[in-house]
Amino acid sequence: MANLTTDFIGIKSPNPFWLASAPPTDKEYNVRRAFEAGWGGVVWKTLGSEGPPVVNVNGPRYGAIWGADRRLLGLNNIELITDRPLEVNLREIKSVKRDYKDRALIISLMVPCDEDSWKDILHRIEDTEADGVELNFGCPHGMAERGMGSAVGQVPEYIEMVTRWVKKHSRMPCIVKLTPNISDIRKPAEAAKRGGADAVSLINTINSITSVNLDTFSPEPMIDGKGTHGGYCGPAVKPIALNMVAEIARSPDTHGLPISGIGGVTTWRDAAEFMALGAGNVQVCTAAMTYGFKIVQEMISGLSQYMDEKGFTSTADLVGRAVPNVTDWQYLNLNYVTKAHIDQDACIKCGRCYAACEDTSHQAIAMKPGRVFEVMDDECVACNLCVNVCPVDSCITMVELPKGAVDPRTQTTVGDYANWTTHPNNPSVQAAE
Amino acid sequence: MTHSPLTPGIVSGRLPADRIAANFADHTPPLDAHEAHVAADRCYFCHDAPCITACPTSIDIPLFIRQIATGTPEAAATTIWTQNILGGMCARVCPTETLCEEACVREVAEGKPVEIGRLQRFATDTAMAKGLHPFARAASTGKTVAVVGAGPAGLSCAHRLAMHGHDVVVYERRAKAGGLNEYGIASYKSTGDFAQKEVEWLLRIGGITVQTGVELGRDVTLDALLARHDAVFLGIGLGGVNALRAEGEDRAGVANAVDFIADLRQTADLTKLPVGRDVVVIGGGMTAVDAAVQSKLLGAENVTIVYRRGQEKMSASGYEQEHATSAGVRIICNAAPVAVHGNGAVREVEFGYMADTPEGLKATGETFRLKADQVFKAIGQTLAGAPEGAVLEGGKIAALPARVWAGGDCTAGGEDLTVTAVAQGRDAAEQINIFLRG
Repeated sequence: MANLTTDFIGIKSPNPFWLASAPPTDKEYNVRRAFEAGWGGVVWKTLGSEGPPVVNVNGPRYGAIWGADRRLLGLNNIELITDRPLEVNLREIKSVKRDYKDRALIISLMVPCDEDSWKDILHRIEDTEADGVELNFGCPHGMAERGMGSAVGQVPEYIEMVTRWVKKHSRMPCIVKLTPNISDIRKPAEAAKRGGADAVSLINTINSITSVNLDTFSPEPMIDGKGTHGGYCGPAVKPIALNMVAEIARSPDTHGLPISGIGGVTTWRDAAEFMALGAGNVQVCTAAMTYGFKIVQEMISGLSQYMDEKGFTSTADLVGRAVPNVTDWQYLNLNYVTKAHIDQDACIKCGRCYAACEDTSHQAIAMKPGRVFEVMDDECVACNLCVNVCPVDSCITMVELPKGAVDPRTQTTVGDYANWTTHPNNPSVQAAE
Repeated sequence: MTHSPLTPGIVSGRLPADRIAANFADHTPPLDAHEAHVAADRCYFCHDAPCITACPTSIDIPLFIRQIATGTPEAAATTIWTQNILGGMCARVCPTETLCEEACVREVAEGKPVEIGRLQRFATDTAMAKGLHPFARAASTGKTVAVVGAGPAGLSCAHRLAMHGHDVVVYERRAKAGGLNEYGIASYKSTGDFAQKEVEWLLRIGGITVQTGVELGRDVTLDALLARHDAVFLGIGLGGVNALRAEGEDRAGVANAVDFIADLRQTADLTKLPVGRDVVVIGGGMTAVDAAVQSKLLGAENVTIVYRRGQEKMSASGYEQEHATSAGVRIICNAAPVAVHGNGAVREVEFGYMADTPEGLKATGETFRLKADQVFKAIGQTLAGAPEGAVLEGGKIAALPARVWAGGDCTAGGEDLTVTAVAQGRDAAEQINIFLRG
């Protein structure tokens, strides 16, 4: 079985699966259960300043969207940071860490945007023996209205400033958690790096309204007839998170900055994808909230099996392996020509490929007597829509035309790699002449 | 309980009341809302869907399933009823395993089709429970049409004619409307007096008068109907029953399966309905299966279906055959009745083994006897009481005089299924409407 031990910015954990700062990590009881279940690390739910804790709503905190059979696909929440007294949290963190020295225990922090507040909280957590801190610059609801959370995360200058304060007043490793509610994720990551962050973690949740009650005309989750945007998470946000992780991993300004990947990680496969795109480990919340802590067992066994099959001896062999293959559109090979091919033996004759192609694409699939569906290579632009709508796995595949072959659609010969930057239709190429 | 399955002769109360009640409960229980949602989600929304083609009434199945999936079963019911006004009953009695569900691409792919029949029932039951009848009559045309027979074909025709603004009088020879839906469907397929509820629901369109106890040829002639109405639709079904043509057929204890099935439906307390200890059902169709299974459910000890050809030739579907055998019914194939033995009442039936040759069925000469105190004949129904002027083909109506149309089991063409009768009644109504509007 592959060794899953992970060293993330000097913090060791027996596996790369951490629980994200969120409701599952709000108190000792839950965190002990998580460690007993096998989680490699925990980011304790965000602590605020000393004083009266924040209060939460007393109605629903979560909204959801579902797939078939009520499979939870997306969750949103309007819960705030911990609503328990600071001293209680600190006492519990210390108690847990004492009993689980081999696990990573990170403390998430969010205090007002002034140096004294940060200095104070950092001193208070010092003797918990926690392994590091994570700065919550991502929470998009409630706290943002008070100038914290994503209100900081949306201003790169603030990120840099606060990160500097943290590094100045603490020797603990510092992870900056980023909000996705921003147009270019690289800017806050660069700011964190400038401020001295040891790593970034992303994504925090996405501003969202999960649904609207069409009888009461209130957004969900609804509190006394009203609703507010909450933070969206779960499987539905994974593609957005993967892209943002990749953008930071491949940007020359942030390349090499350790990343803790967050966003819809539900299975070992999701985790492996984040890691391939540059995440040194992953953080999980919604999957645990949906199925309980036991899911980590599948993540551990799955990732081990995959690494064994690939011959990876450490998670470092996997981390970042897909990053060189993430590029800009303009560098994609325009001489890579494929055609859809329908395996007639596998085809169940539902005709979805035909409807999709005929109605919404390129009229490149013929429907023949007996419900036989065939691709017309002279019309197929290889868009892949038929592959995506086909209910049968691997029934429709994209077949690459070899170099030298003539594309029946364009009557051109498949040549060597060539991209948009040198394409005759590119105005900037002509301007350069 | 005074009797048991072992009591000789034809007696009632072989099983306690609670067992009888359980045996005759809904054979395929309705889906609840969540089950329907999950089942609906399995539909691929095929292009030019094969299930629609396979449905004799051409219901837009992918559309109604999508309407269920999006939380509007009422709209789904409208989609169903627009094509098949008896969609509620068809959802219960259609042999979906040989129609829409056989054609479902998921049957082809996984051997597990989308549960179209049960979803159709979910939609129609939901809408009926809400009291919805999403059809209204067009302005009155002043024309009147006689519909003979209040079975699936006649009711379907009547509803469509009423919708087009014509006034309809339905003449029904029996005491209740519904035809085979009321008298010919196994009890566990149509529980809770559904057939009558559906008729009442259908008549809410208005403009339809039902006269029961009126039989064509006995109480009224076609000429009289033509004199009274602008057009006539015949949905008279198959009123006759084929004879065994075996010696001793008239012994006590030998009955028509269709009559037994009708009795089952019309008996309020099934513990009072007598059944034999050793029941033999002769035939290979759905009527045979329905009679055999229900005999077993009433408490008969031994029930045997005997069919003269090979099992693959049985018109009861594989699903129905399995339903019978799982209920404890034995099926013997390639045997035809030779004689019914007994002293007054039947005691044994003698069968001869048959060989299916290119020249037809031939007796092999080998015979056997089955113990029997009750025998049900289920070897097919025949057209009875076809009016003068009707041209028959293969014993069924193929052509009719002017201003007369026909549909359902009495006509040639199409299988003898409820859903086929509904389609034919509906289509005849459309033709009549065109004729009446000249």
